[in-house]
Amino acid sequence: MLELSLKRRQGQFLVDTQLMAGPGVTALFGPSGSGKSSVIAMVAGLSRPDSGRIVVDGRVLFDSEAGIDVAPEGRRLGVVFQEARLFPHLSVAANLDFGRNRTPAAQRTIDRDAVIEVLGIGHLLDRRPANLSGGEKQRVAIGRALLTSPRILLMDEPLAALDTNRKAELLPFIATLSRRFNIPVLYVSHAMDEVLRLADTLVLMQQGRAVAVGPVEDLLARPDLRALTGRADAGAAIRAVVAGHEPDYGITRLSFGGGALVAAGMDLAVGTEVRVRIHARDISIALTAPQRISVRNVLPVVVRSVEAADNHSCDVMLDCGGVVLWAQITAFAQLQLKLVPGMRAFALLKAVTVTREDISDHSN
Amino acid sequence: MFALTPLEIEALSLSLLVSGWAVAGSLPLGLACAWLLARGRFPGKTLLDGVIHLPLVLPPVVVGYGLLVLLGRRGPVGAWLYDWFGITIAFTWKGAAVASAVVAFPLMVRAIRLSLEGVDRGLEQAARTLGCGPVRTFLTVTLPLMAPGLLAGVILAFARSLSEFGATITFVSNIPGETRTLPIALYALTQAPGGDDAAFRLCVISVVVAFAALLASEVLARRMQARLKG
Repeated sequence: MLELSLKRRQGQFLVDTQLMAGPGVTALFGPSGSGKSSVIAMVAGLSRPDSGRIVVDGRVLFDSEAGIDVAPEGRRLGVVFQEARLFPHLSVAANLDFGRNRTPAAQRTIDRDAVIEVLGIGHLLDRRPANLSGGEKQRVAIGRALLTSPRILLMDEPLAALDTNRKAELLPFIATLSRRFNIPVLYVSHAMDEVLRLADTLVLMQQGRAVAVGPVEDLLARPDLRALTGRADAGAAIRAVVAGHEPDYGITRLSFGGGALVAAGMDLAVGTEVRVRIHARDISIALTAPQRISVRNVLPVVVRSVEAADNHSCDVMLDCGGVVLWAQITAFAQLQLKLVPGMRAFALLKAVTVTREDISDHSN
Repeated sequence: MFALTPLEIEALSLSLLVSGWAVAGSLPLGLACAWLLARGRFPGKTLLDGVIHLPLVLPPVVVGYGLLVLLGRRGPVGAWLYDWFGITIAFTWKGAAVASAVVAFPLMVRAIRLSLEGVDRGLEQAARTLGCGPVRTFLTVTLPLMAPGLLAGVILAFARSLSEFGATITFVSNIPGETRTLPIALYALTQAPGGDDAAFRLCVISVVVAFAALLASEVLARRMQARLKG
Protein backbone atom coordinates (compact mmCIF):
# COMPACT_ATOMS: atom_id res chain seq x y z
CA MET A 1 0.00 0.00 0.00
CA LEU A 2 1.23 3.43 -0.93
CA GLU A 3 -0.23 6.61 0.42
CA LEU A 4 0.99 9.92 -0.92
CA SER A 5 0.36 13.54 -0.30
CA LEU A 6 3.03 15.69 -1.86
CA LYS A 7 3.67 19.33 -2.54
CA ARG A 8 6.75 20.66 -4.23
CA ARG A 9 7.40 23.84 -6.14
CA GLN A 10 9.94 23.64 -8.97
CA GLY A 11 10.28 27.12 -10.41
CA GLN A 12 6.87 27.99 -11.82
CA PHE A 13 5.71 24.39 -11.64
CA LEU A 14 3.79 23.08 -8.66
CA VAL A 15 3.41 19.39 -7.94
CA ASP A 16 0.45 18.90 -5.62
CA THR A 17 -0.60 15.29 -5.61
CA GLN A 18 -2.65 13.08 -3.32
CA LEU A 19 -3.12 9.44 -4.10
CA MET A 20 -3.39 5.94 -2.76
CA ALA A 21 -2.08 2.93 -4.63
CA GLY A 22 -3.10 -0.58 -3.72
CA PRO A 23 -1.73 -3.92 -4.83
CA GLY A 24 -1.10 -4.63 -8.49
CA VAL A 25 0.09 -2.09 -11.01
CA THR A 26 -0.83 1.56 -10.59
CA ALA A 27 -0.05 3.68 -13.63
CA LEU A 28 0.67 7.39 -13.44
CA PHE A 29 -0.36 8.60 -16.85
CA GLY A 30 -0.10 12.07 -18.29
CA PRO A 31 1.69 14.21 -20.86
CA SER A 32 5.37 15.11 -20.39
CA GLY A 33 5.71 17.78 -17.76
CA SER A 34 2.64 16.70 -15.83
CA GLY A 35 4.76 15.84 -12.79
CA LYS A 36 4.73 12.05 -13.04
CA SER A 37 8.48 11.61 -12.73
CA SER A 38 8.68 14.21 -9.97
CA VAL A 39 6.29 12.10 -7.93
CA ILE A 40 8.48 9.02 -8.43
CA ALA A 41 11.62 10.94 -7.48
CA MET A 42 9.98 12.15 -4.28
CA VAL A 43 8.75 8.69 -3.33
CA ALA A 44 12.23 7.28 -3.96
CA GLY A 45 13.75 9.98 -1.77
CA LEU A 46 15.79 11.48 -4.60
CA SER A 47 14.06 14.82 -4.30
CA ARG A 48 12.47 16.36 -1.27
CA PRO A 49 8.85 17.52 -1.15
CA ASP A 50 8.24 20.96 0.34
CA SER A 51 5.55 19.39 2.43
CA GLY A 52 3.50 16.23 2.60
CA ARG A 53 3.57 12.63 3.66
CA ILE A 54 4.73 9.37 2.10
CA VAL A 55 3.63 6.10 3.64
CA VAL A 56 4.52 2.70 2.23
CA ASP A 57 3.10 -0.42 3.83
CA GLY A 58 2.28 1.52 6.96
CA ARG A 59 5.83 2.81 7.31
CA VAL A 60 6.19 6.59 7.22
CA LEU A 61 9.05 7.48 4.86
CA PHE A 62 8.43 11.19 4.79
CA ASP A 63 6.35 13.47 6.94
CA SER A 64 7.12 17.18 6.86
CA GLU A 65 5.12 17.85 10.01
CA ALA A 66 6.73 15.12 12.07
CA GLY A 67 10.14 15.93 10.60
CA ILE A 68 10.60 12.45 9.14
CA ASP A 69 12.69 12.06 6.00
CA VAL A 70 14.12 8.58 5.50
CA ALA A 71 17.24 8.56 3.27
CA PRO A 72 16.79 6.82 -0.10
CA GLU A 73 18.98 3.90 1.00
CA GLY A 74 16.69 3.28 3.97
CA ARG A 75 13.41 3.26 2.08
CA ARG A 76 13.62 -0.22 0.57
CA LEU A 77 11.90 0.74 -2.66
CA GLY A 78 12.99 -0.62 -6.01
CA VAL A 79 13.49 2.01 -8.68
CA VAL A 80 13.75 1.38 -12.41
CA PHE A 81 14.71 4.47 -14.38
CA GLN A 82 14.11 5.35 -18.00
CA GLU A 83 17.76 4.74 -18.76
CA ALA A 84 18.81 1.45 -17.20
CA ARG A 85 21.56 3.10 -15.13
CA LEU A 86 23.58 -0.09 -14.82
CA PHE A 87 27.02 0.30 -13.28
CA PRO A 88 29.41 0.15 -16.25
CA HIS A 89 32.36 -1.06 -14.18
CA LEU A 90 30.51 -4.12 -12.92
CA SER A 91 29.39 -7.30 -14.63
CA VAL A 92 25.69 -8.07 -15.02
CA ALA A 93 25.91 -10.50 -12.09
CA ALA A 94 27.58 -7.88 -9.89
CA ASN A 95 24.95 -5.34 -10.93
CA LEU A 96 22.21 -7.76 -9.95
CA ASP A 97 23.84 -8.43 -6.59
CA PHE A 98 24.65 -4.79 -5.90
CA GLY A 99 21.43 -4.05 -4.07
CA ARG A 100 20.85 -7.62 -2.93
CA ASN A 101 24.09 -7.57 -0.97
CA ARG A 102 22.91 -4.48 0.86
CA THR A 103 19.66 -6.20 1.84
CA PRO A 104 19.78 -8.11 5.13
CA ALA A 105 19.40 -11.85 4.46
CA ALA A 106 16.25 -12.05 6.59
CA GLN A 107 14.55 -9.47 4.35
CA ARG A 108 15.37 -11.16 1.06
CA THR A 109 11.98 -12.46 0.02
CA ILE A 110 12.64 -12.54 -3.69
CA ASP A 111 14.64 -15.45 -5.04
CA ARG A 112 17.63 -14.62 -7.21
CA ASP A 113 17.27 -17.60 -9.51
CA ALA A 114 13.56 -16.95 -10.02
CA VAL A 115 14.22 -13.35 -11.07
CA ILE A 116 16.97 -14.39 -13.47
CA GLU A 117 14.71 -17.03 -14.97
CA VAL A 118 11.63 -14.82 -15.34
CA LEU A 119 13.67 -12.02 -16.93
CA GLY A 120 15.60 -14.44 -19.12
CA ILE A 121 19.00 -12.94 -18.30
CA GLY A 122 20.83 -16.10 -17.24
CA HIS A 123 23.07 -16.06 -20.30
CA LEU A 124 24.11 -12.45 -19.69
CA LEU A 125 25.54 -12.78 -16.19
CA ASP A 126 29.22 -12.55 -17.17
CA ARG A 127 28.73 -9.72 -19.65
CA ARG A 128 29.34 -6.03 -19.12
CA PRO A 129 26.46 -3.57 -19.44
CA ALA A 130 28.15 -1.93 -22.44
CA ASN A 131 27.67 -5.15 -24.42
CA LEU A 132 23.94 -5.42 -23.82
CA SER A 133 21.07 -4.26 -26.01
CA GLY A 134 18.67 -1.65 -24.68
CA GLY A 135 16.06 -4.25 -23.81
CA GLU A 136 18.58 -6.49 -22.07
CA LYS A 137 19.90 -3.57 -20.04
CA GLN A 138 16.43 -2.70 -18.88
CA ARG A 139 15.70 -6.30 -17.91
CA VAL A 140 18.88 -6.39 -15.82
CA ALA A 141 17.90 -3.08 -14.24
CA ILE A 142 14.50 -4.50 -13.33
CA GLY A 143 16.16 -7.59 -11.86
CA ARG A 144 18.60 -5.46 -9.88
CA ALA A 145 15.74 -3.48 -8.34
CA LEU A 146 13.67 -6.61 -7.63
CA LEU A 147 16.54 -8.35 -5.86
CA THR A 148 16.50 -5.77 -3.08
CA SER A 149 13.09 -7.33 -2.21
CA PRO A 150 11.51 -3.88 -2.23
CA ARG A 151 8.16 -2.99 -0.69
CA ILE A 152 7.09 -1.41 -3.94
CA LEU A 153 8.63 -1.17 -7.39
CA LEU A 154 8.78 2.32 -8.90
CA MET A 155 9.15 2.35 -12.68
CA ASP A 156 9.80 5.68 -14.37
CA GLU A 157 8.98 5.25 -18.07
CA PRO A 158 11.13 2.12 -18.33
CA LEU A 159 10.20 1.58 -21.97
CA ALA A 160 10.36 5.17 -23.22
CA ALA A 161 13.95 4.93 -24.44
CA LEU A 162 13.37 1.68 -26.36
CA ASP A 163 12.22 1.16 -29.93
CA THR A 164 8.91 -0.52 -30.72
CA ASN A 165 10.33 -4.03 -31.04
CA ARG A 166 12.20 -3.90 -27.76
CA LYS A 167 9.12 -2.47 -26.11
CA ALA A 168 7.02 -5.38 -27.32
CA GLU A 169 9.72 -7.73 -26.05
CA LEU A 170 9.77 -6.20 -22.57
CA LEU A 171 6.06 -5.55 -21.95
CA PRO A 172 5.17 -9.18 -21.17
CA PHE A 173 7.98 -9.34 -18.56
CA ILE A 174 6.72 -6.27 -16.78
CA ALA A 175 3.13 -7.48 -17.03
CA THR A 176 3.95 -10.63 -15.05
CA LEU A 177 6.21 -9.01 -12.43
CA SER A 178 3.66 -7.68 -10.00
CA ARG A 179 1.77 -10.94 -9.67
CA ARG A 180 4.73 -13.28 -9.99
CA PHE A 181 6.64 -11.61 -7.16
CA ASN A 182 3.61 -10.27 -5.33
CA ILE A 183 4.84 -6.71 -5.31
CA PRO A 184 2.92 -3.49 -5.97
CA VAL A 185 4.20 -1.44 -8.90
CA LEU A 186 3.93 2.29 -9.48
CA TYR A 187 4.41 2.73 -13.20
CA VAL A 188 4.94 6.08 -14.90
CA SER A 189 4.11 6.34 -18.57
CA HIS A 190 2.88 8.66 -21.24
CA ALA A 191 1.96 5.78 -23.59
CA MET A 192 -1.62 4.54 -23.30
CA ASP A 193 -0.86 1.17 -24.89
CA GLU A 194 1.55 0.38 -22.03
CA VAL A 195 -0.98 1.49 -19.45
CA LEU A 196 -3.73 -0.65 -20.98
CA ARG A 197 -1.45 -3.64 -21.04
CA LEU A 198 -0.11 -3.30 -17.52
CA ALA A 199 -2.19 -1.23 -15.19
CA ASP A 200 -4.93 -2.23 -12.79
CA THR A 201 -5.40 1.27 -11.46
CA LEU A 202 -4.95 4.43 -13.47
CA VAL A 203 -3.95 7.82 -12.10
CA LEU A 204 -4.41 10.63 -14.58
CA MET A 205 -1.89 13.42 -14.03
CA GLN A 206 -2.22 16.95 -15.29
CA GLN A 207 -0.09 19.93 -14.31
CA GLY A 208 1.23 18.33 -11.17
CA ARG A 209 -2.11 17.06 -9.92
CA ALA A 210 -3.75 13.67 -9.86
CA VAL A 211 -6.96 14.55 -11.67
CA ALA A 212 -8.64 11.18 -11.51
CA VAL A 213 -7.90 7.80 -9.91
CA GLY A 214 -9.70 4.56 -10.61
CA PRO A 215 -9.81 1.28 -12.50
CA VAL A 216 -8.52 1.68 -16.05
CA GLU A 217 -11.82 0.60 -17.64
CA ASP A 218 -13.83 3.15 -15.68
CA LEU A 219 -11.61 6.12 -16.41
CA LEU A 220 -11.43 5.31 -20.12
CA ALA A 221 -15.24 5.21 -20.23
CA ARG A 222 -15.58 8.73 -18.87
CA PRO A 223 -16.21 11.34 -21.57
CA ASP A 224 -14.98 14.18 -19.34
CA LEU A 225 -11.52 12.58 -19.17
CA ARG A 226 -11.29 12.02 -22.91
CA ALA A 227 -8.86 14.91 -23.35
CA LEU A 228 -6.50 13.35 -20.79
CA THR A 229 -6.76 9.70 -21.72
CA GLY A 230 -5.80 10.72 -25.22
CA ARG A 231 -7.72 10.54 -28.45
CA ALA A 232 -4.72 9.51 -30.49
CA ASP A 233 -4.78 5.90 -29.41
CA ALA A 234 -8.40 6.21 -28.39
CA GLY A 235 -10.51 3.25 -27.58
CA ALA A 236 -12.19 1.43 -24.80
CA ALA A 237 -10.89 -1.14 -22.38
CA ILE A 238 -13.41 -3.74 -21.31
CA ARG A 239 -13.32 -6.59 -18.84
CA ALA A 240 -14.03 -9.97 -20.37
CA VAL A 241 -13.66 -13.68 -19.69
CA VAL A 242 -12.33 -16.23 -22.14
CA ALA A 243 -15.43 -18.32 -22.90
CA GLY A 244 -14.14 -20.81 -25.40
CA HIS A 245 -11.93 -21.58 -28.40
CA GLU A 246 -12.76 -22.82 -31.85
CA PRO A 247 -9.42 -24.04 -33.11
CA ASP A 248 -10.92 -25.15 -36.43
CA TYR A 249 -11.69 -21.55 -37.24
CA GLY A 250 -8.83 -19.97 -35.29
CA ILE A 251 -11.12 -17.91 -33.15
CA THR A 252 -11.63 -17.33 -29.45
CA ARG A 253 -14.94 -16.46 -27.84
CA LEU A 254 -15.01 -13.88 -25.08
CA SER A 255 -17.92 -12.91 -22.93
CA PHE A 256 -18.31 -9.46 -21.42
CA GLY A 257 -20.98 -7.29 -19.83
CA GLY A 258 -22.48 -6.44 -23.21
CA GLY A 259 -22.68 -9.97 -24.54
CA ALA A 260 -20.31 -12.18 -26.50
CA LEU A 261 -17.34 -11.21 -28.59
CA VAL A 262 -15.56 -13.17 -31.28
CA ALA A 263 -11.83 -12.48 -31.40
CA ALA A 264 -8.79 -13.83 -33.18
CA GLY A 265 -7.62 -17.14 -31.71
CA MET A 266 -5.29 -16.91 -28.75
CA ASP A 267 -3.56 -19.13 -26.22
CA LEU A 268 -5.45 -18.23 -23.06
CA ALA A 269 -7.17 -20.77 -20.83
CA VAL A 270 -10.96 -20.76 -20.73
CA GLY A 271 -12.08 -18.77 -17.72
CA THR A 272 -9.14 -16.36 -17.80
CA GLU A 273 -10.15 -12.82 -16.90
CA VAL A 274 -8.78 -10.43 -19.43
CA ARG A 275 -8.83 -6.79 -20.39
CA VAL A 276 -9.66 -6.24 -24.04
CA ARG A 277 -8.73 -3.10 -25.79
CA ILE A 278 -11.09 -2.09 -28.53
CA HIS A 279 -9.81 0.64 -30.79
CA ALA A 280 -12.27 3.34 -31.72
CA ARG A 281 -11.16 3.18 -35.35
CA ASP A 282 -12.08 -0.52 -35.58
CA ILE A 283 -15.73 0.03 -34.74
CA SER A 284 -18.29 0.81 -37.45
CA ILE A 285 -21.83 1.89 -36.77
CA ALA A 286 -24.95 0.66 -38.56
CA LEU A 287 -28.46 1.93 -37.91
CA THR A 288 -30.10 -1.36 -38.92
CA ALA A 289 -28.82 -4.82 -38.18
CA PRO A 290 -26.81 -5.85 -41.21
CA GLN A 291 -27.38 -9.35 -42.57
CA ARG A 292 -25.11 -11.69 -44.50
CA ILE A 293 -22.02 -9.78 -43.46
CA SER A 294 -18.50 -11.01 -42.78
CA VAL A 295 -18.13 -8.94 -39.63
CA ARG A 296 -18.49 -11.37 -36.73
CA ASN A 297 -19.43 -8.97 -33.99
CA VAL A 298 -22.67 -7.08 -34.36
CA LEU A 299 -23.45 -5.57 -31.00
CA PRO A 300 -26.70 -3.74 -30.23
CA VAL A 301 -25.84 -0.38 -28.67
CA VAL A 302 -27.33 2.92 -27.63
CA VAL A 303 -25.63 6.13 -28.69
CA ARG A 304 -24.64 8.12 -25.60
CA SER A 305 -22.85 11.09 -27.12
CA VAL A 306 -21.43 12.39 -30.36
CA GLU A 307 -18.59 14.88 -30.21
CA ALA A 308 -16.74 16.42 -33.10
CA ALA A 309 -13.12 15.46 -32.48
CA ASP A 310 -11.79 17.69 -35.25
CA ASN A 311 -13.05 18.95 -38.59
CA HIS A 312 -13.11 15.54 -40.15
CA SER A 313 -14.05 13.03 -37.48
CA CYS A 314 -16.37 12.41 -34.56
CA ASP A 315 -16.02 10.45 -31.33
CA VAL A 316 -19.13 8.44 -30.67
CA MET A 317 -19.72 7.02 -27.21
CA LEU A 318 -21.76 3.82 -27.29
CA ASP A 319 -23.41 1.90 -24.49
CA CYS A 320 -23.40 -1.84 -24.99
CA GLY A 321 -25.31 -3.39 -22.12
CA GLY A 322 -23.71 -1.02 -19.63
CA VAL A 323 -20.22 -1.30 -21.13
CA VAL A 324 -18.83 1.79 -22.85
CA LEU A 325 -17.40 1.47 -26.35
CA TRP A 326 -15.98 4.26 -28.45
CA ALA A 327 -16.29 4.59 -32.21
CA GLN A 328 -14.45 6.97 -34.42
CA ILE A 329 -16.40 7.91 -37.56
CA THR A 330 -15.84 10.53 -40.22
CA ALA A 331 -17.78 13.77 -40.17
CA PHE A 332 -19.03 12.72 -43.59
CA ALA A 333 -20.55 9.54 -42.14
CA GLN A 334 -22.18 11.52 -39.37
CA LEU A 335 -23.72 13.81 -41.98
CA GLN A 336 -25.64 10.83 -43.38
CA LEU A 337 -26.34 8.88 -40.16
CA LYS A 338 -27.25 11.91 -38.06
CA LEU A 339 -26.50 10.10 -34.81
CA VAL A 340 -27.99 11.66 -31.69
CA PRO A 341 -27.84 10.55 -28.06
CA GLY A 342 -30.45 7.92 -27.23
CA MET A 343 -30.50 6.44 -30.72
CA ARG A 344 -30.36 2.66 -31.05
CA ALA A 345 -27.70 1.32 -33.38
CA PHE A 346 -25.33 -1.57 -33.98
CA ALA A 347 -21.61 -1.56 -33.41
CA LEU A 348 -19.70 -3.69 -35.92
CA LEU A 349 -16.32 -5.12 -34.98
CA LYS A 350 -14.30 -7.53 -37.08
CA ALA A 351 -13.00 -10.51 -35.13
CA VAL A 352 -9.52 -10.17 -36.64
CA THR A 353 -9.08 -6.68 -35.22
CA VAL A 354 -9.15 -8.05 -31.68
CA THR A 355 -5.78 -9.77 -31.38
CA ARG A 356 -3.56 -11.04 -28.60
CA GLU A 357 -1.85 -7.62 -28.55
CA ASP A 358 -5.08 -6.02 -27.38
CA ILE A 359 -5.60 -8.47 -24.58
CA SER A 360 -3.92 -8.54 -21.23
CA ASP A 361 -4.31 -11.21 -18.59
CA HIS A 362 -5.90 -9.76 -15.46
CA SER A 363 -6.91 -12.81 -13.52
CA ASN A 364 -5.79 -12.68 -9.93
CA MET B 1 76.30 -0.26 -20.41
CA PHE B 2 74.63 2.82 -18.97
CA ALA B 3 75.75 2.67 -15.33
CA LEU B 4 74.55 5.41 -13.00
CA THR B 5 77.07 7.39 -10.97
CA PRO B 6 76.52 7.81 -7.20
CA LEU B 7 75.50 11.42 -7.81
CA GLU B 8 72.93 10.38 -10.38
CA ILE B 9 71.53 7.65 -8.14
CA GLU B 10 71.30 10.09 -5.27
CA ALA B 11 69.53 12.76 -7.35
CA LEU B 12 67.18 10.26 -9.02
CA SER B 13 66.14 8.50 -5.82
CA LEU B 14 65.70 11.84 -4.07
CA SER B 15 63.53 13.08 -6.95
CA LEU B 16 61.36 9.96 -6.80
CA LEU B 17 61.07 10.24 -3.00
CA VAL B 18 60.16 13.92 -3.11
CA SER B 19 57.66 13.53 -5.96
CA GLY B 20 56.11 10.43 -4.42
CA TRP B 21 55.51 12.17 -1.12
CA ALA B 22 54.35 15.33 -2.86
CA VAL B 23 51.64 13.41 -4.71
CA ALA B 24 50.67 11.03 -1.89
CA GLY B 25 50.48 13.85 0.62
CA SER B 26 48.41 16.20 -1.52
CA LEU B 27 46.05 13.57 -2.98
CA PRO B 28 43.44 13.60 -0.16
CA LEU B 29 43.38 17.41 -0.18
CA GLY B 30 43.26 17.41 -3.99
CA LEU B 31 40.32 15.02 -3.96
CA ALA B 32 38.53 17.18 -1.40
CA CYS B 33 39.14 20.38 -3.40
CA ALA B 34 38.04 18.72 -6.64
CA TRP B 35 34.88 17.52 -4.88
CA LEU B 36 34.13 21.01 -3.58
CA LEU B 37 34.69 22.60 -6.98
CA ALA B 38 32.70 19.98 -8.89
CA ARG B 39 29.82 19.39 -6.50
CA GLY B 40 29.87 22.12 -3.88
CA ARG B 41 27.64 25.16 -3.88
CA PHE B 42 28.95 27.78 -1.50
CA PRO B 43 29.87 31.46 -1.55
CA GLY B 44 33.50 32.05 -2.46
CA LYS B 45 33.73 29.06 -4.77
CA THR B 46 35.23 31.19 -7.54
CA LEU B 47 37.78 32.51 -5.06
CA LEU B 48 38.76 28.98 -3.99
CA ASP B 49 39.05 28.02 -7.64
CA GLY B 50 41.37 31.00 -8.21
CA VAL B 51 43.56 30.27 -5.20
CA ILE B 52 43.97 26.62 -6.20
CA HIS B 53 44.98 27.60 -9.71
CA LEU B 54 47.34 30.39 -8.62
CA PRO B 55 50.55 28.30 -8.58
CA LEU B 56 49.90 27.46 -12.24
CA VAL B 57 50.29 31.09 -13.32
CA LEU B 58 52.62 32.52 -10.67
CA PRO B 59 56.40 32.45 -11.20
CA PRO B 60 57.60 29.40 -9.22
CA VAL B 61 60.06 31.65 -7.43
CA VAL B 62 57.13 33.55 -5.91
CA VAL B 63 55.69 30.26 -4.67
CA GLY B 64 59.06 29.22 -3.24
CA TYR B 65 59.58 32.56 -1.54
CA GLY B 66 56.07 32.50 -0.14
CA LEU B 67 56.70 29.05 1.31
CA LEU B 68 59.97 30.25 2.80
CA VAL B 69 58.23 33.19 4.50
CA LEU B 70 55.43 30.96 5.76
CA LEU B 71 57.25 27.73 6.59
CA GLY B 72 60.77 28.97 7.37
CA ARG B 73 62.07 28.31 10.91
CA ARG B 74 60.91 31.81 11.94
CA GLY B 75 57.82 31.92 9.71
CA PRO B 76 54.38 31.83 11.38
CA VAL B 77 53.66 28.22 10.41
CA GLY B 78 57.24 27.00 10.40
CA ALA B 79 57.95 28.29 13.92
CA TRP B 80 54.78 26.65 15.22
CA LEU B 81 55.67 23.34 13.59
CA TYR B 82 59.17 23.45 15.08
CA ASP B 83 58.08 24.48 18.59
CA TRP B 84 55.32 21.91 18.90
CA PHE B 85 56.51 18.98 16.81
CA GLY B 86 60.19 19.65 16.28
CA ILE B 87 59.62 19.50 12.53
CA THR B 88 61.77 21.55 10.20
CA ILE B 89 60.46 22.00 6.70
CA ALA B 90 62.70 24.60 5.11
CA PHE B 91 65.96 23.35 3.59
CA THR B 92 64.98 19.67 3.98
CA TRP B 93 63.64 17.10 1.48
CA LYS B 94 60.25 17.52 3.15
CA GLY B 95 60.32 21.15 2.06
CA ALA B 96 61.14 20.04 -1.48
CA ALA B 97 58.09 17.76 -1.35
CA VAL B 98 55.89 20.64 -0.11
CA ALA B 99 57.14 22.94 -2.87
CA SER B 100 56.50 20.26 -5.51
CA ALA B 101 53.06 19.53 -4.10
CA VAL B 102 51.99 23.17 -4.18
CA VAL B 103 53.18 23.70 -7.74
CA ALA B 104 51.62 20.44 -9.00
CA PHE B 105 48.38 20.88 -7.04
CA PRO B 106 46.36 22.78 -9.69
CA LEU B 107 47.09 20.12 -12.31
CA MET B 108 45.99 17.36 -9.98
CA VAL B 109 42.79 19.11 -8.89
CA ARG B 110 41.90 19.97 -12.46
CA ALA B 111 42.16 16.39 -13.69
CA ILE B 112 40.27 14.95 -10.72
CA ARG B 113 37.57 17.58 -10.99
CA LEU B 114 37.04 16.81 -14.68
CA SER B 115 36.75 13.10 -13.98
CA LEU B 116 34.29 13.77 -11.17
CA GLU B 117 32.18 15.97 -13.41
CA GLY B 118 32.14 13.13 -15.92
CA VAL B 119 30.50 10.72 -13.47
CA ASP B 120 26.79 10.25 -14.19
CA ARG B 121 24.93 11.35 -11.07
CA GLY B 122 22.10 9.10 -12.15
CA LEU B 123 24.30 6.12 -11.31
CA GLU B 124 24.90 7.51 -7.83
CA GLN B 125 21.16 7.95 -7.39
CA ALA B 126 20.64 4.37 -8.50
CA ALA B 127 23.18 3.21 -5.91
CA ARG B 128 21.32 5.13 -3.21
CA THR B 129 18.02 3.48 -4.11
CA LEU B 130 19.81 0.12 -3.97
CA GLY B 131 20.66 0.65 -0.34
CA CYS B 132 24.06 2.41 -0.34
CA GLY B 133 24.67 5.39 1.90
CA PRO B 134 26.62 8.41 0.57
CA VAL B 135 30.04 7.10 1.63
CA ARG B 136 29.54 3.61 0.24
CA THR B 137 28.12 5.10 -2.94
CA PHE B 138 31.27 7.17 -3.33
CA LEU B 139 33.56 4.19 -2.73
CA THR B 140 31.72 1.64 -4.86
CA VAL B 141 30.41 3.77 -7.72
CA THR B 142 31.89 7.27 -7.92
CA LEU B 143 35.51 6.38 -7.20
CA PRO B 144 35.76 3.45 -9.66
CA LEU B 145 34.13 5.55 -12.37
CA MET B 146 36.50 8.46 -11.88
CA ALA B 147 39.56 6.21 -11.57
CA PRO B 148 40.98 6.94 -15.05
CA GLY B 149 40.84 10.69 -14.45
CA LEU B 150 42.14 10.28 -10.94
CA LEU B 151 45.09 8.32 -12.27
CA ALA B 152 45.74 10.94 -14.93
CA GLY B 153 45.76 13.60 -12.23
CA VAL B 154 48.20 11.64 -10.10
CA ILE B 155 50.61 10.96 -12.95
CA LEU B 156 50.43 14.53 -14.16
CA ALA B 157 51.18 15.83 -10.68
CA PHE B 158 54.00 13.29 -10.29
CA ALA B 159 55.57 14.36 -13.59
CA ARG B 160 55.21 18.01 -12.68
CA SER B 161 56.85 17.31 -9.29
CA LEU B 162 59.78 15.56 -10.96
CA SER B 163 60.46 18.64 -13.04
CA GLU B 164 59.96 21.15 -10.22
CA PHE B 165 62.85 23.61 -10.01
CA GLY B 166 62.03 27.25 -9.27
CA ALA B 167 60.01 26.95 -6.11
CA THR B 168 62.27 24.18 -4.81
CA ILE B 169 65.54 26.01 -5.17
CA THR B 170 64.05 29.17 -3.66
CA PHE B 171 62.52 27.35 -0.70
CA VAL B 172 65.00 24.58 0.11
CA SER B 173 68.08 25.54 -1.88
CA ASN B 174 70.56 23.03 -3.26
CA ILE B 175 71.74 20.68 -0.52
CA PRO B 176 73.45 17.48 -1.73
CA GLY B 177 71.62 14.38 -0.50
CA GLU B 178 68.82 16.44 1.00
CA THR B 179 67.29 18.72 -1.60
CA ARG B 180 69.45 18.17 -4.69
CA THR B 181 66.83 16.63 -6.97
CA LEU B 182 67.38 15.87 -10.67
CA PRO B 183 66.61 19.34 -12.06
CA ILE B 184 68.65 21.04 -9.36
CA ALA B 185 71.62 18.74 -9.84
CA LEU B 186 71.32 19.35 -13.56
CA TYR B 187 71.26 23.11 -13.09
CA ALA B 188 74.31 22.97 -10.83
CA LEU B 189 76.22 20.92 -13.42
CA THR B 190 75.44 23.35 -16.22
CA GLN B 191 76.81 26.18 -14.07
CA ALA B 192 80.10 24.38 -13.29
CA PRO B 193 82.94 24.28 -15.84
CA GLY B 194 83.38 20.86 -17.49
CA GLY B 195 80.01 19.57 -16.35
CA ASP B 196 78.53 19.25 -19.83
CA ASP B 197 78.77 15.47 -20.17
CA ALA B 198 77.37 14.83 -16.72
CA ALA B 199 74.59 17.35 -17.41
CA PHE B 200 73.72 15.58 -20.63
CA ARG B 201 73.47 12.24 -18.82
CA LEU B 202 71.07 13.81 -16.28
CA CYS B 203 69.03 15.20 -19.17
CA VAL B 204 68.66 11.71 -20.59
CA ILE B 205 67.68 10.29 -17.20
CA SER B 206 65.05 13.05 -16.79
CA VAL B 207 63.58 12.34 -20.20
CA VAL B 208 63.48 8.58 -19.57
CA VAL B 209 61.79 8.94 -16.18
CA ALA B 210 59.23 11.47 -17.43
CA PHE B 211 58.49 9.39 -20.50
CA ALA B 212 58.11 6.21 -18.43
CA ALA B 213 55.61 7.98 -16.18
CA LEU B 214 53.52 9.20 -19.12
CA LEU B 215 53.65 5.80 -20.80
CA ALA B 216 52.62 4.02 -17.62
CA SER B 217 49.69 6.40 -17.18
CA GLU B 218 48.58 5.88 -20.76
CA VAL B 219 48.65 2.09 -20.44
CA LEU B 220 46.86 2.10 -17.09
CA ALA B 221 44.25 4.58 -18.30
CA ARG B 222 43.55 2.43 -21.35
CA ARG B 223 43.16 -0.65 -19.21
CA MET B 224 40.76 1.13 -16.91
CA GLN B 225 38.73 2.50 -19.79
CA ALA B 226 38.54 -0.99 -21.24
CA ARG B 227 37.25 -2.25 -17.90
CA LEU B 228 34.56 0.42 -17.84
CA LYS B 229 33.52 -0.15 -21.40
CA GLY B 230 33.57 -3.92 -21.01
